Amino acid sequence: MNPEKVIFAFFIVLAFTLNFAFFIGDTSNPDHHNVYELFAAIVVNLIATILKFGERSQIGAVLLATSLVADLQLIAAAMIWAYAVHISHIGLTPDTTASIVSLAGAAMMANIVSVVLLVIDTVRFNR
Amino acid sequence: MHSVVFLIFRRMRAPLLALISIYAIAILGLVLIPGQDDQGIPWRMDFLHAFYFVSYMATTIGFGEIPYTLIPAQRMWVIVCIYATVVVWLYSIGKILGLLQDPALRRAMLEKRFSSVIKRVRDPFYLVCGYGDTGAMLIDALVEQDCAAVVIDHNPDRINALRLSALPMYIPGLLADASLPEMLSMAGLSKNNCIGVVAITDNEDVNLHIAMTAKLLHPGVKVICRAESKDIANNMYSFNTDYVIDPFEVFAGRMASALKTPCMYVLQSWLTGSRRLQERIDPPKGLWVLAGYGRFGQALHKRLSEHNIETIIIEATPENTATPPRDSVLVKGWGTQAHTLEHARIRDAVGIVAGTDHDTNNLSILMTAGMINPDLFMVARQNRRHNDALFEAIEADLVAKASSTLANRIRTLLTRPMLVDFFRETKQRGDDQARELVVRLAILLGEENPEIWQLELSETDAPAVIDALQANEQVTLSDLCRNNTDRDRPATVCPLLLLRLDETHFMPDTEFKVQQRDVILFAGRKGRALRQEATLVDPTTLMYVRTGDTRDPRAFWQRVFNRITH
Repeated sequence: MNPEKVIFAFFIVLAFTLNFAFFIGDTSNPDHHNVYELFAAIVVNLIATILKFGERSQIGAVLLATSLVADLQLIAAAMIWAYAVHISHIGLTPDTTASIVSLAGAAMMANIVSVVLLVIDTVRFNR
Repeated sequence: MHSVVFLIFRRMRAPLLALISIYAIAILGLVLIPGQDDQGIPWRMDFLHAFYFVSYMATTIGFGEIPYTLIPAQRMWVIVCIYATVVVWLYSIGKILGLLQDPALRRAMLEKRFSSVIKRVRDPFYLVCGYGDTGAMLIDALVEQDCAAVVIDHNPDRINALRLSALPMYIPGLLADASLPEMLSMAGLSKNNCIGVVAITDNEDVNLHIAMTAKLLHPGVKVICRAESKDIANNMYSFNTDYVIDPFEVFAGRMASALKTPCMYVLQSWLTGSRRLQERIDPPKGLWVLAGYGRFGQALHKRLSEHNIETIIIEATPENTATPPRDSVLVKGWGTQAHTLEHARIRDAVGIVAGTDHDTNNLSILMTAGMINPDLFMVARQNRRHNDALFEAIEADLVAKASSTLANRIRTLLTRPMLVDFFRETKQRGDDQARELVVRLAILLGEENPEIWQLELSETDAPAVIDALQANEQVTLSDLCRNNTDRDRPATVCPLLLLRLDETHFMPDTEFKVQQRDVILFAGRKGRALRQEATLVDPTTLMYVRTGDTRDPRAFWQRVFNRITH
């Protein structure tokens, strides 16, 4: 067992599950979506991205790309949140919540690709 | 991408992870701790403000307690955070900046930039491996003739010297080991417009390797190599290296030429060198003392023996060099001491060759020998370029400089190979013909070192001439040589050799009619090659040199003016 691989897989899966935890719930209902979950999802996603730095293989490059996509969309979601609450003061209306949650959902798709690639890589390695 | 980039990214992981983790902890703490606003109403910092606060805290900017004054619980957390974030921030940023300064990474970036520069080179260029004395002189000569070049050298001082040299053209220089095929490819070896590779590093094995790489990776390319030992030279020829040059052999050959055909020697050194026309030197025939029996001494000894000249060899360590032939006399010792020279019959000798690989010893040999026998003909071998002043001061009759001999030779081979044919033709005609030639050319061109260039009458190089020929008009060599600013003034350009398919015309007559695809070798005063271009490219100028007719608008107004006034 390689501890480095454990940490690597742990953060990739955690990024995905936290993302999912934020995403799950009624799309336009702000009560179903917790700001702490979004924060955790962003931080863990960033950590997962850093862990993917410097992988030479082709699959490593794709993993890094998916992670960057997820980061981008989660940060965009956080910025919409900050804009709605602090700048325009309209608060979390159903529209805004829907756009935040859909961005998080998009990020989740990238994270799914990431997890699938991880699984493929592992299976291939074992064979 | 280069592997070092991945390595740097890997090493960035730890500092970046530390930075993200400590930021996340500090932000989360600030958001979770309940505070109050300016009216004392309970208020929690949101993520936006927490991120803002941590950002200026970690970077030690410290705007203060924004938006509301912190309560003691928050301050306690901030104390912890200040020490943690500031330390981690400084560590991470320091580490990342350090990684960006990493020599391996900078090298990788330089190489990347270099290869993109090479990609943009469109003109035909020469790849010169080795920027020592010879390389520097060769690059100067190539730039003078408007030839592009790319330099590789493993010595950073030399690459810096190239960057600092005031060349009128940008010559890219790569700091790399030229024996690595990867580096040669990066310097453009495989590109179609790489027309020649010159391997003149100090190391023969490296030169051999470069020649081999060039012939394998770009079979059509012209390869010129420096090699001083027979084995390496033969090895190079075995895979069709175009020219293998041994500077000592070249010099010995010139020395032999000075002995046997003095006028030929004068002609050759005038046309290929960088000095004005000189008197013939006439090395005397008699007993010669050869101090130093290294590669240079051996080459000279062979040539002198061929001319039945008696030699005495002085060598301190004959076991390290080659053993001289049985019939020759060997005196063991350094030629720098008078008694060694006396022992080698310096008083009876007519000439001395100071040919060790040590400049100070060579100078000392000449000075000692000159004191014993002032009438000696002195030949000195100069190894290093920066001793120029010393060798000038000692006033030797001949100075053998490996670097300039080599650079001149390579320049001739690269930019005007017809000059070699010209010398061969002259040699066949004998030394009297060479004397006549020198006199004829000196009257025409002056005693300064002339400019020599090669012209092919092709669509690209001489469009005006080709158009005229296709219109069945006749163009003679004198038209091409004529002064195109004032055709009545005497021409200062002279055709030396003309090649037409298999025919060779030596010193062609000026009324010779040229044809398409003729290749002509010209000699002229400095700057004439550039001036000739107008005749070749511009139909009006060509018409003027051929007939004296100017269809120039200014001339038209002059005619009108003349008609009115008369």
